[in-house]
Amino acid sequence: MSMESLFNRLKAGRLFSFPGGVKPPERKALSNQTAIAALPLPDKLFVSLKQHIGVEGKVQVKEGDKVLKGQVLTASPNPFAVPVHAPTSGTVTRIGLHAAAHPSGLPEQTIEITPDGLGQWTTLSPIPNYAQLPKMKIIEAICNAGISGMGGAGFPTHLKISSKKDVEFLIINGVECEPYITADDRLMREHAWQIRQGIDILVHLLNPGAVLIAIEENKPEAIDAMRVACKDQSRYLVCPIPTRYPAGGEKQLIQNLLDREVPRKGLPIDVGVIMQNVGTCYAIADAIFSGKPLIERVVTLTGESLQAPGNYWVPLGTPVYHLLNQAKYVSSLQQKKRIIMGGPMMGFTLHTDLAPVVKTSNCVLVPSDQAMPLPPDEQSCIRCAACADACPASLLPQQLYWHAKANELERAQDFNLFDCIECGACAYVCPSDIPLVHYYRRAKADIRIQEQEKQKSDKARQRFEARNARLEREAEERKAKHAEAAERRRQAMQQPADNPQDKIAAALARVQAKKQAAQPDAVPEANEDKVAAAIARAKAKREAQQAQTGEPAKASALADDPKKAQVASAIARAKAKREAQQAQTTETVESASPAASDDAEAAKKARVAAAVARAKAKRDAEKADDAPESDAQPAENAQIDDADAAKKARVAAAVAKAKAKRDAEKADDAPESDAQPAENAQIDDVDAAKKARVAAALAKAKAKRDAEKAASTTETNHQPDDITQVDDAEAAKRARVKAAVARAKAKKAQQQDDPS
Amino acid sequence: MTFKVASSPHQHAMRNTAGLMRLVIYCAVPGIVVQGYFFGWGILVQLILAVLTALVSEGVFLALRKRNFERALGDYSAVLTAILLAISIPPLAPWWIVVLGTFFAIVIVKQLYGGLGNNLFNPAMAAYVMLLISFPVQMTAWAPVQALTQFSVNLADAASVVFTGFTTDGYSLGQLQTNIDGVTLATPLDQVRTDLTLGLTYHESLQNEIFNHGMGIGWAWVNLAYLLGGLVLIKTRAINWHIPGAMLGTLAAIAAVMYATDASIYASPAFHLFSGAAMLGAFFIATDPVSAATSNKGRLVYGAGIGLWVYLIRTFGGYPDAVAFAVLIMNMAVPLIDYYLKPRVYGHWSKRR
Ligand code: SF4
Ligand code: SF4
Repeated sequence: MSMESLFNRLKAGRLFSFPGGVKPPERKALSNQTAIAALPLPDKLFVSLKQHIGVEGKVQVKEGDKVLKGQVLTASPNPFAVPVHAPTSGTVTRIGLHAAAHPSGLPEQTIEITPDGLGQWTTLSPIPNYAQLPKMKIIEAICNAGISGMGGAGFPTHLKISSKKDVEFLIINGVECEPYITADDRLMREHAWQIRQGIDILVHLLNPGAVLIAIEENKPEAIDAMRVACKDQSRYLVCPIPTRYPAGGEKQLIQNLLDREVPRKGLPIDVGVIMQNVGTCYAIADAIFSGKPLIERVVTLTGESLQAPGNYWVPLGTPVYHLLNQAKYVSSLQQKKRIIMGGPMMGFTLHTDLAPVVKTSNCVLVPSDQAMPLPPDEQSCIRCAACADACPASLLPQQLYWHAKANELERAQDFNLFDCIECGACAYVCPSDIPLVHYYRRAKADIRIQEQEKQKSDKARQRFEARNARLEREAEERKAKHAEAAERRRQAMQQPADNPQDKIAAALARVQAKKQAAQPDAVPEANEDKVAAAIARAKAKREAQQAQTGEPAKASALADDPKKAQVASAIARAKAKREAQQAQTTETVESASPAASDDAEAAKKARVAAAVARAKAKRDAEKADDAPESDAQPAENAQIDDADAAKKARVAAAVAKAKAKRDAEKADDAPESDAQPAENAQIDDVDAAKKARVAAALAKAKAKRDAEKAASTTETNHQPDDITQVDDAEAAKRARVKAAVARAKAKKAQQQDDPS
Repeated sequence: MTFKVASSPHQHAMRNTAGLMRLVIYCAVPGIVVQGYFFGWGILVQLILAVLTALVSEGVFLALRKRNFERALGDYSAVLTAILLAISIPPLAPWWIVVLGTFFAIVIVKQLYGGLGNNLFNPAMAAYVMLLISFPVQMTAWAPVQALTQFSVNLADAASVVFTGFTTDGYSLGQLQTNIDGVTLATPLDQVRTDLTLGLTYHESLQNEIFNHGMGIGWAWVNLAYLLGGLVLIKTRAINWHIPGAMLGTLAAIAAVMYATDASIYASPAFHLFSGAAMLGAFFIATDPVSAATSNKGRLVYGAGIGLWVYLIRTFGGYPDAVAFAVLIMNMAVPLIDYYLKPRVYGHWSKRR
């Protein structure tokens, strides 16, 4: 149906419907008779770092810090993070784990603040002229105010309102269908105008076709108040919704108003809808017009065990025990302490009353055992399908239950377990008192665990297969390369030796052979995914191996710290190559020595130098051998790493390159002074010097080229790292160490070469 | 102090399984009373026998299975099964019929399948069919409406017949089934079927003294009483209207079509609706939650299927009444119905907007 006809239909008071639902006793009168009241501050506030869906920010204060009211406590560049703020002025007395408002009862990182009682505000920066500012600025202000959805799951508001899609309907959810809870009811009654202001801001940001303010029919005062507040806006429509749980569920409300269904795995915006809770609107207005961050909210304290039930302005972080004291908890009415955070249908029981109020806490319910008896033990399902009749998602809860109970998780998914919104309507009606939702939660958790494990084993299998293929490929490549190199060498040897031209050709051939051996280095890496990363790693390893002795390294498939290994292996590669160059230089020197035998001194020197160089080459080769084996082993397991490490690696490579150049120069010197570079010793004296010079030049060029190649290899091989995440101080450190080692070695080599 | 940790929802509707079963039992009372009024005290004897047998056999069996039998007995499901069976069998059938049937229903059909909620078949109807096939003579010996019989049967007589086969005055069951002229009287459904096979027309058959205004005397009232109880069940949302609605609707619709094509050999819709166990079956038997379809769409199909089979078996089959067979047949189809008629889950739509 078109937007306009829908709007007119709603204006005429005609709604659609949603299937199922239940009508539990409302018991709202318990708490909605009095105005929202303030509470004295507790002696301690416990501000959980994460109070919304997403990620927590980094703590910006430390123990002992004085904080002002409204001062930001956490920050993060992550878009899924919203900051938390100091609810009042005081001292940060502890940062650590504390009981959290979470069904699991697991503690969470929490900043403990001891109020100083002054309530001193930090400097606030309101932007009442928001309409003149760019939208991004407003959204930023909302994010910085720490606002996340205050009705349900606590989705970061700034993400919801940054939607790029067209918004047909902005739905303001004031349905509050859970029994007992009246926080939104009172807020609408008392602060309708501010909610309206918040809506105005949202309208400015989203430019929706119409605004629907949905309120359940059992709140006539709230409906009136909102109507009055919105009466000058023809596109704002207050829609009374028939009282039926869960009419306030996001999906159900959209269905009820618009007869649209949010697609499975989709979002309301997929059907042109953005939904915000009235409390969120209030908080947005606060943030924009007074610059106040979200540091308190209305909480309904209710239940038959409280003598002073009602709605209260509660600073976020207030521990529940303080609330119970203030609302005069009568413990004798409960056999065992039972505190429900949230409503009776979807709320969860707290494991301790130390848990604090968070941004999503709309109610603390402390029923008496009489008013809300504990359910008796579950009985057999009689397949009465009362649950199916109550399910607003049109699921077959009973089938879900059978399969969940029998641990037939696949079957449970066939019955669309994951479309269950855990509203509890089914368990509410079940005559056999089966805790259906509990079964679903467990099954869902089991499925998630299974999936994770499956992913893990799939990855391991892929890795194993990839590795086998790689090893095979490598072996073949190696063989081919060796054969080719040998062929070239033989050809070069067959050339008449007394022609300097030929020697140059031979040297060139050698260079080429080497280049070809190193060719795969130059192949740019696809840096798309882990597979590519694995290949890159594999190649790095292979190169490291080649640099050593050409023997296949024993690669271990399982490893812990791939990034380190990657960096290390890259460096090792560079080093190994450099050593190889040095070794070659040495070789040149060495082979030249017999030719220089005339010159006894030179020969001796050359021999000494050659021996030293040989020893060094051997040592280095061994070292290079060790390094990759120990460090490159971990290389398999991959998801990690980062720009930093890559950068460091590049720096290290550059250093290595520079060093290599220096070494090459040195090598250049040596033959020039006293050695004859030649494969073949049968050359006459006269030409020796000339030839030596030519060969030295070649060696230098080669060294330079190889160094460059090594550098570029390092770079290309590290590209995959750039796209992967996570930090890597360790790898960087290791890279630095390696670089230092390489440098030291280079220096040593230099020194050793010096005498010659 | 430890905290009570429980899973949501924390609030529960007050209706429980036992209460639901009790409600169904209460709603059956008018029908039972009317049935007793027309067919004598036998029904009371059968009820007592059946309920006792049910409780004992369920209790013993649960004890053997090492289940908590107090709670299971407290759910009234066995009692309800027993009641449904007791009111389905001839009021003066020998005691071992009802005892055997109840035992079969509870132990074989229900407990051996895994207890309440796991049985594929409606226990009462499965037992009824078993009895009908095994003991056709006893199971078809419905005593006629009291007003038409030669002898009046008091409670003591009824008990005596059930246990010994003879009244306190020494009359046999066979004698009790006769009218003043000594002619054995059948049930309306039987009468019509027999007459039709004898070449009489449907209307000629209705001339028999057991009919009055085209309805079986007594039977119409019994059905009306069950209809009343059934409406209360729907009103109190103990059952949904879908199964009885679809069953009776289908039965009436087919009967109407057939009656319109040939009124001489096909009974009227009203006759079908108010004869035999039509109302009892529609509201109390087919709606047995355990063995019925579970979605509303499924319930419609299930109910319609029963209505269809009832008509077919009554009209073309060889048994006096068809509700039991029809229910069992559709019980078998339930898994299929449930599988194919799953409601469309929220958000699972093909592109629309
Ligand atoms: S409501 Fe309870 S007893 Fe009835 S079918 Fe659902 S799970 Fe079974
Ligand atoms: S909890 Fe899930 S299965 Fe139960 S009624 Fe709600 S949506 Fe349906």
